[in-house]
Amino acid sequence: MSRTATYLDYNATAPVRREAAEAVGEVLALCGNPSSVHGAGRAANARLETAREQVASFVGRSPSDVIFTSGGTEANGLALNGTGRRRVFVSAVEHPSVLKANGDAERIPVNEEGVIDLEWLERALKACPNEGLVSVMAANNETGVCQPIDEVSEICRRYGAVFHCDAVQIPGKAPLDSVMDHAHMVSLSAHKIGGPQGVGALIVSEEDVSLTPLLRGGGQERSKRAGTENLPGIVGFGKAAGLVRGDLSDAARIQRLRDDLEARIAEVAPTVVFAGKNAKRLGNTSCFAVSGLDAETLVMAFDLEGIMISAGSACSSGKVKASHVLMAQGWNNDLAGSAVRVSLGRTTTEADVDAFLAAWTAIFGRLGQVEKIEGAAA
Amino acid sequence: MTEQSPQPIIKKKTGKSVYLDYQATTPTDPRVVEAMMPYFTEKFGNPHSRNHPYGWEAEEAVEKARRQIAHIIGADSKEIVFTSGATESNNLALKGVANFYKDRKNHIITVVTEHKCVLDTCRHLEQEGFEVTYLPVQTNGLIDLKQLEEAMTDKTLLVSVMAVNNEIGVIQPLKEIGALCRERKVFFHTDCAQAVGKIPLDVNEMNIDLMSISGHKLYGPMGIGALYVRRRPRVRLQALINGGGQERGMRSGTLPTPLCVGLGEACEISEKEMAAETERLKMLSDRMYGRIMEALPEVFLNGDKEHRIPGNLNLSFAYVEGEGLMMGINDLSVSSGSACTSASLEPSYVLRALGLEDELAHTSLRLGFGRFSTEEEVDYAAERIIQEVQRLRDMSPLWEMAQEGIDIKSIEWAEH
Repeated sequence: MSRTATYLDYNATAPVRREAAEAVGEVLALCGNPSSVHGAGRAANARLETAREQVASFVGRSPSDVIFTSGGTEANGLALNGTGRRRVFVSAVEHPSVLKANGDAERIPVNEEGVIDLEWLERALKACPNEGLVSVMAANNETGVCQPIDEVSEICRRYGAVFHCDAVQIPGKAPLDSVMDHAHMVSLSAHKIGGPQGVGALIVSEEDVSLTPLLRGGGQERSKRAGTENLPGIVGFGKAAGLVRGDLSDAARIQRLRDDLEARIAEVAPTVVFAGKNAKRLGNTSCFAVSGLDAETLVMAFDLEGIMISAGSACSSGKVKASHVLMAQGWNNDLAGSAVRVSLGRTTTEADVDAFLAAWTAIFGRLGQVEKIEGAAA
Repeated sequence: MTEQSPQPIIKKKTGKSVYLDYQATTPTDPRVVEAMMPYFTEKFGNPHSRNHPYGWEAEEAVEKARRQIAHIIGADSKEIVFTSGATESNNLALKGVANFYKDRKNHIITVVTEHKCVLDTCRHLEQEGFEVTYLPVQTNGLIDLKQLEEAMTDKTLLVSVMAVNNEIGVIQPLKEIGALCRERKVFFHTDCAQAVGKIPLDVNEMNIDLMSISGHKLYGPMGIGALYVRRRPRVRLQALINGGGQERGMRSGTLPTPLCVGLGEACEISEKEMAAETERLKMLSDRMYGRIMEALPEVFLNGDKEHRIPGNLNLSFAYVEGEGLMMGINDLSVSSGSACTSASLEPSYVLRALGLEDELAHTSLRLGFGRFSTEEEVDYAAERIIQEVQRLRDMSPLWEMAQEGIDIKSIEWAEH
């Protein structure tokens, strides 16, 4: 594939960092099961524990709080099913891996900016003290909208609820400290931070929550997650975790690029709507819609221009269903079906933004005109 | 691709150690690594991003891998579900089927020598109200088909029997089990973590409904596995990990493209090389077995002599202290039990199930050979084991007494 392509889909997956890929490659050339007691096994185990320390250090927790999983989805599944809590509340804009993890979960509504209704949550928890499990994400994958983690945590504490936070989208984009200070359980994914796919973690302290495992078998991961560890993946995750903190210093630059991009999108299409524009939002994400333009068509058109963006989240793209996130914040089916997501990252340059806008201008000129004509005919 | 003769990786890296623990994990084949690496770097798309080329390229690679995996077991690629490994596959097969059909049938049959993740999952299902029969094995490690048949009732939903045991390498009669299950309309799940790429498998010929596959046991990467789920007649599952609905709803989560590619490539290589490799490994294990048996009396092979994979020898050395033996041969990477339980000092439950007494179970070594094992390594390892067993026996009063014809079991030990 030509490297002149413009990749603006960081929230789906981020390019693997060179250092992480090298670390993965290095471990792939070794042999040893971390559970084996011989030299090769102990060497593998030492690498596993080093990676655990790297991830722990990144999140500011003890290494014993890190449970490695096969990714963010599994981490969410473990958190939502492992506590034994029966009253489960999840925000309506959660990732499908949270929404569908527990069939009994009730949905916390959000306002038109996509921010959860704290009063609703308080009423719900008040009715079931010490029984609740609450899962609210740090930042949304489609819109980048951040949730008021401190307040959610405060309400959970008041009514004895366990608080889980899916934080897979924020490392390197926003500080993780507040989430780590407040949530009992936090989900992370390696491939969203420049590590390899197929590995993630649930950060949880045994003092806070005693989890029952989703996968049973050998006693790996303190018996919370059986199965031979994905050692190359975990080492790559550790490496990426060690580097991602540095991305925060680049966050201001990326936000400027995003803001510039949004201003120029609006110049071309004055009727554009940006999701969650007035909320606290990740600086790398822009989710926008122009009524009447079909998201799938737009994404294809951008693709022909060599620009990779996405319609809604990657997991639900390819299906014609409109984004549940945008619907939850009151968008109608038509507008939600027009929404596309642009997400920037560490390799994004001004030239990428220019390329996007050149394409946007051309595509909007073409498709927007057609829409107008069709609209006039109707 | 430049064809390189595979190197004994562990030897190269650590200098002197000989890796003989191929049932714990196998080195990733350099050809597999080569196939994977581009997907870590320039081809990093999310395979579910259906609307841009990085996504398409990733999806194409994943679908090719699915075909490669399906091919080695005679399945259709639509019947392959990617998982994070055999442990997840086993959990998904057992819990998934049990939970989906629990209103109709509630009985599961498995075997006492199954991998820990199958047994643990079954125990968990018992707590949830399922009935589980744990079939014993004969002294050769194989199940008695008659006992299996007798255990089946009209409530039996699923039979789960592993193809190849991870500790003793014996091969269970899959075809016969499959035929029996089909006749009685019972689902047949088999944990093939140790079998894929080692013995010929055909899901149709063997009437297998669900099969667990592991990447890192067949020279593929860690962190990836698969579950074969039959489409006709259809087997339904309740998912264990929910979310984006990937893998036809049976397993959500972004697919790790490089790992999928690695598993596919590993299957293709193993399929191509299986016949020749089986011969070579047979030669190696015969050589090891011959040397040891020739030099040492009172050594016992655990598990059936005939029905076993050539890459495994599980031997008990009587009158030798197991821990001492392990320490003495610490330049050999071998295991004294399954990797998952070897950190504990409990004798292996698999060996006990064969009727071995604790003393013999404690003195067992699992020797695993594989693609990168060489004749030179086997000779060296045999030599080291013989030396060390002789040294330990020379120091052992029990061995001395046994040599003098005293029956050790007749000794009444004094309290002290």
